[in-house]
Amino acid sequence: MSTSTTVLLRAALLGTILLGLHACGGVPLNTEAPVEDHRVTTTVGDTASNHAVHEFMLANGMKLIVKEDHRAPVVVSQIWYKVGASYEHIGITGVSHLLEHMMFKGTDKHPPGEFSRIIAENGGRENAFTGRDYTSYFQQLEVSRLAIAFELEADRMRNLHLQEEEFQKERDVVVEERRLRTEDKPSALTYEKFMATAFQVNPYHNPVIGWMDDLKSLTLGDLSHWYQTWYSPNNATLVVVGDVEPQAVRQLAQQHFGRIPPSTLPAQKPRREPPQQGERRVVVRVPAEVPVVILGYRTPVLRTVDEPWKAYALEVLATILDGGDSARISRELVRGQGLAASAGAGYDLTARHDSLLTLEATPAQGQEVARVEQALREQVSRLHREPVSAEELSRIKAQVTASKVYELDSVFYQAMQIGQLETVGLEWQEAERYAERINAITPAQVQQVARDYLTADNLTVAILEPLPLNGQPQKGGQHVGH
Amino acid sequence: MSATKQLLTLCAALLLSSPAAAGPAIQQWQTGNGAQVYFVAAPELPMVDIQVTFNAGSARDGASPGLALFTNAMLEEGAGDLDANAIAEQFDRLGANASFGSLRDMATASLRSLTEERLLAPAVQTFAQLLREPSFPAAALERVRKQMVVGLRHESQSPASIASNAFYEALYADHPYATPPSGTLPSVLALGRDELTTFHRRYYVGRNAVVAIVGAVDRQQAQALAEQVVASLPAGEAAAPLPPVAPLSTASRQHIAHQSTQTHLLLGQPGMRRGDPDYFALYLGNHILGGGGLVSRISDEIREKRGLSYSAYSAFSPMAAEGPYLLSLQTKNDSREEALEVLRTTLAQFIAEGPSAAELTAAKKNITGGFALNIDSNKDILSYIAMIGFYGLPLDYLDTFIGQVNAVSTTQIRDAFQRRIHPERMALITVGEQG
Repeated sequence: MSTSTTVLLRAALLGTILLGLHACGGVPLNTEAPVEDHRVTTTVGDTASNHAVHEFMLANGMKLIVKEDHRAPVVVSQIWYKVGASYEHIGITGVSHLLEHMMFKGTDKHPPGEFSRIIAENGGRENAFTGRDYTSYFQQLEVSRLAIAFELEADRMRNLHLQEEEFQKERDVVVEERRLRTEDKPSALTYEKFMATAFQVNPYHNPVIGWMDDLKSLTLGDLSHWYQTWYSPNNATLVVVGDVEPQAVRQLAQQHFGRIPPSTLPAQKPRREPPQQGERRVVVRVPAEVPVVILGYRTPVLRTVDEPWKAYALEVLATILDGGDSARISRELVRGQGLAASAGAGYDLTARHDSLLTLEATPAQGQEVARVEQALREQVSRLHREPVSAEELSRIKAQVTASKVYELDSVFYQAMQIGQLETVGLEWQEAERYAERINAITPAQVQQVARDYLTADNLTVAILEPLPLNGQPQKGGQHVGH
Repeated sequence: MSATKQLLTLCAALLLSSPAAAGPAIQQWQTGNGAQVYFVAAPELPMVDIQVTFNAGSARDGASPGLALFTNAMLEEGAGDLDANAIAEQFDRLGANASFGSLRDMATASLRSLTEERLLAPAVQTFAQLLREPSFPAAALERVRKQMVVGLRHESQSPASIASNAFYEALYADHPYATPPSGTLPSVLALGRDELTTFHRRYYVGRNAVVAIVGAVDRQQAQALAEQVVASLPAGEAAAPLPPVAPLSTASRQHIAHQSTQTHLLLGQPGMRRGDPDYFALYLGNHILGGGGLVSRISDEIREKRGLSYSAYSAFSPMAAEGPYLLSLQTKNDSREEALEVLRTTLAQFIAEGPSAAELTAAKKNITGGFALNIDSNKDILSYIAMIGFYGLPLDYLDTFIGQVNAVSTTQIRDAFQRRIHPERMALITVGEQG
């Protein structure tokens, strides 16, 4: 059933890879942003002006991408910095996210909280989010007010006023956020330990919110250093989507951001995971009611793969498993065998580092975790054994075609897609090519990536084994009538 | 109203005179079997959204909590001669999305499809069949029952869910809103097929349905779509009005021990109905008190000034009967009493003094200046017209929204909060370890 129950289970299981400033939720990088003196304009669009994309480079290295969408008199402005949890090292984990919170605590010109007050008084909505591979800040406004967002955003790119007293309080807020999102959520705790087991060198080892001890030990100095290092025009992409005129947006961006000098960015270390050479397993025993099993196979992603089709074949593979209610996992594990109450699969096409193809399930009432794990493994074996069917591929194509239209219903999502791609070191045109790339994948290619990457030596398994909650024997038991 | 206030209100109004101040053109009619249809033409994208809302939420569960959700979840598990696989394959191969949901007031069925005829026509046909002739297959019924049981167990490991369920129970006692839409374990285990089919026959009927349509179709096509989706349902009868909610007579406090590092704290009382005469005064007042995000008073006192919680807010949930008024936060167990004290003080002060003129002006600018954002997608417009239709709000609700907001005064807010909000008779729920 694709009811609220299933959605709830899935959401709880998948854990958090994105953290917002306030209750609200990502992925991808490349750092050698070239400082070019000329302006680049590329335009791709379905009509003369609607959905056309324009790309500009300011002289200080800040990239501006404008997408026209004239359906409603609104605009979204998102600024994306190439920094996030995957840039951190153990000891300072969580610094990107805590800094994101502090970006609302004032500049030399504006006292703490004033940014939010100005946006609110202009009818705007604002938030920010930190992922593994980016930190992004956004405002949604009635279109005539775009300049207000630019003025404030340009100000805090370089003039943030980091104060000890505000920092102490905000660190407490983020510690509470970690308790809320992770400590008291058994499935989120499991996901965190799963990632930490699957990756030992690759920075996806660390959670975006940071390890609790690191978080509590962060100092104002750590944040200040992080801010000075990464917040500069040549490390940022400004994405604007809405009822705007691209040249006017370019002029406005030039006016507000154009005079900010570029900085020298540190060189990035590769931080590649050594070969795994054997299955890994982690068991998480915490007070809980519902067990969970997660399987993750190490895979390259579009940015790291030797040939792009392999990443797209993995994307198709994940969709064969979990792209709609007729996909294999719903049809066979949830409905056919009745083994899972909810289950799914996923792949991070646009991550910056090698990532995982995951399969996960919450056992149905009365089902053993081991049996469910076996059924997930059997799904993988089948992908090794048989090519996927033509019907399954044609279903995916129909879904991709439709979703390319549906996604145009959200101005925010369109900006998000551009920002993510640019920030992980791909380019926004990748979204335009997506349907074509997916449609080109053959059953033999899916089988090949299954055999190459979904191997026993690349596998990490995490199991959540519930301990009794509140010292009570478990309620519900393992038996259901009927 | 003082001259300053008048000036501020005028400025606020001027700021808002963008073309988006008017809502979309809503067309409204009734199908032959009594379903109300609300339609907005959105020709820009080649897609259409259809949502059918039935007055068939958990408020209709009666003595069987979970019945409404269980019935709704079974719609995609079999219809006519189609089984769940055939239904899923049909929507997936057409690139259509069908989804179902059930809350306290309402049960919904939604379809999103491209408008291309060879895709839309079969998607609509199957969608209509699900509403009309669900088959409640025995095996699927048992499977969904087990899924609901896992859902309930998941709730029982979540302090947020435990607190929310206890909060509704404390507010609503014998009222149908008291039980959660997800049901209770004994009830979910006991529900039989007959109860589901009876529920479906009673509530999934024309006179109990509101159809909302937004997309690239014209009026004639929209009429045809509405007919295809619901016209073959029996006319039936609209659900009876829900009983009124009794106000709380005394304060109560319940602590539920749970192994969590934070305490979830919920404080509140029954709030207001949709269409309530005090709606705009209470809505604006609450926006200032705790509904306006980081700039609202509760967030400022609890989070910004003291660092006690990630999320501290207050909210009305206007429903068919009086939905809850909730003040909520989560904080480490040791800080529970401190946070509660700050929350109570902030509320008491707001009720006693009301908002300042500057706060009201800021709130009006925020709400009215952002109005265009509320209706900038088909999805948003669909939600609005479904709500207008389901709760019987006037068709010009969106057109008059900004005027209604701007007409509210600080005195009206203070008066409405003093009459309606009673901290001395609120229910308090805390879930966590003893701090």
